[in-house]
Amino acid sequence: MRIDGALIAYLEDLSCLTLSEEEKTRLTGDLEKILGNMARLDGLDTENIPERSHPFDHVNAFREDEVRPSLDRALILKNAPGSGGEMFAAPKTVQ
Amino acid sequence: MTWETVIGLEVHAELSTKSKIFCGCSGEFGGEPNSRVCPVCAGFPGALPKLNRAVVEYAARVGLALGCTVAPRCKFDRKNYFYPDLPKAYQVSQLYLPICQGGRLEIEADGQKKSIGIREIHMEEDAGKLVHDADGTFMDFNRCGVPLIEIVTLPDFRSGGEVMAFLERLREILLYLGVCDCKMQEGSLRVDVNLSVCRPGEGLGVRTEMKNLNSFKAAGRAVEYERRRQIELLESGGAVVQETRRWDDDAGESFGMRSKENAQDYRYFPEPDLLPVELDEARLAGIRQSLPELAHQKRARYRRDYALSEAEAAVLTGHKRISDLFESVARLSGEPAEAARLITGEIMRLMNLTDTQPENLSVDAGKLSALVAFVSSGKINRGAYKETAEAVFLRGVDPETYIAEKGLLMLTDGGAVAEAVKAAVEDNPDAARDYLAGKDKAFGFLVGQAMKKLGGNGSPDMVREHLRKCLTNTPNR
Ligand SMILES: [Zn+2]
Repeated sequence: MRIDGALIAYLEDLSCLTLSEEEKTRLTGDLEKILGNMARLDGLDTENIPERSHPFDHVNAFREDEVRPSLDRALILKNAPGSGGEMFAAPKTVQ
Repeated sequence: MTWETVIGLEVHAELSTKSKIFCGCSGEFGGEPNSRVCPVCAGFPGALPKLNRAVVEYAARVGLALGCTVAPRCKFDRKNYFYPDLPKAYQVSQLYLPICQGGRLEIEADGQKKSIGIREIHMEEDAGKLVHDADGTFMDFNRCGVPLIEIVTLPDFRSGGEVMAFLERLREILLYLGVCDCKMQEGSLRVDVNLSVCRPGEGLGVRTEMKNLNSFKAAGRAVEYERRRQIELLESGGAVVQETRRWDDDAGESFGMRSKENAQDYRYFPEPDLLPVELDEARLAGIRQSLPELAHQKRARYRRDYALSEAEAAVLTGHKRISDLFESVARLSGEPAEAARLITGEIMRLMNLTDTQPENLSVDAGKLSALVAFVSSGKINRGAYKETAEAVFLRGVDPETYIAEKGLLMLTDGGAVAEAVKAAVEDNPDAARDYLAGKDKAFGFLVGQAMKKLGGNGSPDMVREHLRKCLTNTPNR
């Protein structure tokens, strides 16, 4: 896959990041290397191997439907980048 | 030339499990802001989700009730997006292998029976609530991780009436299954409508998606509005833009929501923090067996076993609380027909009058069955019946005490009735003469006079019988 300026700009937008020119150049090289390595997998014969989404064979890790105490609000808000009163706060998302 | 409307629905139903889908926080509606939040549902790095067993069972129940195939193996995927309503920056959902696929729901709309296809049902987590003000956006994460199922239909609807009929039937089923409280005002049931119009025989048109439909009526209105808007647009040479529109029910119109330049790219990938879910035949059989009797099955049984009319059966099964009440009163009183009459009549009237929603109905079945016994044994008249029903419904009085205290028992004392009839005839000799001269109206008048003397508590049949006897024995005949 070719990594070009348009794709980098698209990824920047998707990940809400702003990159410097130098970072963009470095990332282009990194991504090409990463995807090149991944592309080696295309050469494998996976014809008779079922698709899987997990490295382990386990299934059905359930918990019972029981309420457990939540975390103290002050404590949980303390971990947030922004808060106001009882709420988490973020820059305004609508006009 | 005519237009054809093609509509599909996406219905989100919040499951009424005790705890959230991936953590032990309470999933109940409301609560102090951010009082039901933990490292898992707040998306703290390193916190791992664990799937609530009840969520899988509830979703499978809905699937089985809608005739879906429940997948022997399903799994979760991440839907990535940046928006502060989900602190993890992704929603755990099911894209590739949803739990249920391919069901049907029979509806009846505009006098026509129709079958609506269900494409799939998947499990996912709800997002938090945002409040915007001048200073910024504020988040309450209590709803983050509340379990949802999304029911996706095939584009089988052709009118707003069909959409409303489907939603009514679906709500009925969800309530009977006990998996969702379906309170639209609390967001437990949310509907998105996809709609396009086309010329019959031609390919599908460009569709729009409408959100914010907070009642079934709003969904019906939004469909009619959007259908007309698209037709007018196309007929005046314009084109429909694929977009999401917000329905404003007060204004009676919808508005295009500003779409971003880039189409949404959710970068779905398998959720690595959760293991796949497998449901074997034995588990499924267990769930199938635990399914309660559904509304349409109840309707058939009421008609068959209690000989109720279709209209009565429909009213009684409109809500599980109503059918539960009916069955209790019918069982306790042993008078199903009279119990049906009481609930479809007086109780429904009082619920409308007091604007009581079925889910808030709290009238005592024992007291209603006592009332049924009074009326079916002919011990109280129609007026007393209504009055007592009202007192039981509004104030929870005991019917026996109330009837005794108010003196509502019908007089079945022959002596008292005979006396009242005699006095009525003596006081109104003209009426008695008129009756004997062939004026039937005069008979009714005399019945009324005798009843008045009995304080309205005379048995009408008894009064009539005595009056007939009294008049035929009158000497001037
Ligand atoms: Zn939690």
